[in-house]
Amino acid sequence: MKPLKLLNLSMAMLLATSGMAQDRFLTRNGEVKFYSHAPLEDIEAFNDKVLSVIDLNKGEVAVDILIKAFQFEKALMQEHFNENYMESAKYPKSTFKGKFEVPDGLKSMSNGTYPVTVSGDITIHGVTKPLTTRVELVVINGTINTEFSFKVKVKDHDIKIPSVVVRNIAEEVEVTANFKYEPYQR
Amino acid sequence: MSHINASMKKTILFIAAIVLGHSLSAQDDLLGMLSDEREETIDYVEATFKGQRMINGHTVVTRKAKELEFIISHRFGRINTGINELFGLDGANIRFSFEYGISDFLTVGVGRSSFEKIYDGFAKYQILRQSSGKKVMPVSITGFSSMAIRTLDNPAFQNEEFSDRVAYTHQLLIARKMNETVSLQFMPTYVHRNRVMGNQENDLLAFGVAGRVKVGKRVAINSEYYYRLTSELTDLYKDSIGIGVEIETGGHVFHLTFTNSRSMVEKGFITETDGDFFNGDIHFGFNLSRVF
Repeated sequence: MKPLKLLNLSMAMLLATSGMAQDRFLTRNGEVKFYSHAPLEDIEAFNDKVLSVIDLNKGEVAVDILIKAFQFEKALMQEHFNENYMESAKYPKSTFKGKFEVPDGLKSMSNGTYPVTVSGDITIHGVTKPLTTRVELVVINGTINTEFSFKVKVKDHDIKIPSVVVRNIAEEVEVTANFKYEPYQR
Repeated sequence: MSHINASMKKTILFIAAIVLGHSLSAQDDLLGMLSDEREETIDYVEATFKGQRMINGHTVVTRKAKELEFIISHRFGRINTGINELFGLDGANIRFSFEYGISDFLTVGVGRSSFEKIYDGFAKYQILRQSSGKKVMPVSITGFSSMAIRTLDNPAFQNEEFSDRVAYTHQLLIARKMNETVSLQFMPTYVHRNRVMGNQENDLLAFGVAGRVKVGKRVAINSEYYYRLTSELTDLYKDSIGIGVEIETGGHVFHLTFTNSRSMVEKGFITETDGDFFNGDIHFGFNLSRVF
């Protein structure tokens, strides 16, 4: 009988841990776009393999962006972006980790729109800066959806632009994100 | 009975292991959790070399689909001709070419050299691409073939058919980006000239070695050496040696080169280099490349 009890206990623990995981919502195909507008050139890049997770229990959010996964219109731009500006071999990822107050309706995942203020730290090119932005989290049938944008100053993250291309690359880059989170299942 | 107990114990241990594993990997740290969730990708190396040219010869680099590259190159006369020739600057050999990416793997190009009034055409195909991660490939390999047509009459020949003016070069370009600073390349080469002079061979095999060392964010030292595996009948001809500085500014690649070869066409610099590099028979020159 004793072994069976242990078995039951194990099953209970298994259920407990998976129950905990339902506070977490994940996206594997988050979309991040950036746009640089400069006198000579507009540069755009797109990444649809961004990972992000929201923990409703703790009111935490994290984003993980693979720099190499940004796609450009021109292959040469992509090479320069990785090699000269972002140094993706040295700094393969950009990350964000932040906190927000979880509204009650969101906690219970009732359909609706919940504006929240997320504040945390963004790391680009190995340089971490604080970032606070207001986003709307929209709950639709058990998924959390959000679309937001913010601006990043290239200089803030120690990304150097040589004077010869200063008219090709904007000092401030607009970043747009579109995430659709689904309940996290292992 | 005891047998059943034993197998049950195994089952329990197994479940316990799963539960333990489960709770351990359910990371508290959300960023750590995302790192665990990230699927392994194929990481292709970027920028093994910055351009399609090392000094005179090609690198494994091909143009991407619909990219057009324009290259203009000069090789001046020999530096050791002295002040009378302004150290070679009085005499220049010019080549310009248009090179176009038909697909991400196939590039074709046409060029014209003033030296021997040569028209040349080439095709290069990327066979393998160095990668790490999900798929590990230690080297990049590109196949290269070119044809050169000399339109300047060779006074040594009595009468020339069109085919007499044609030469072919076939190469396998094998490169590895060793790290962020150093890239190496090996170039087994076969050259065939349809008609040659008395002291030359129609067919020649060579083995080229080339390297690029980054010395700054946008500056590198390039060098290449073609060792001829089969020898000519006389020792008039030398192995081609080249060394240069490469400067890259978004879209432009600029080379300042020093080489003992006058020609910038494969059949020319690999088989017909007659300058002795260590005796000062050095041609200063430059390559300027622009990608559209």
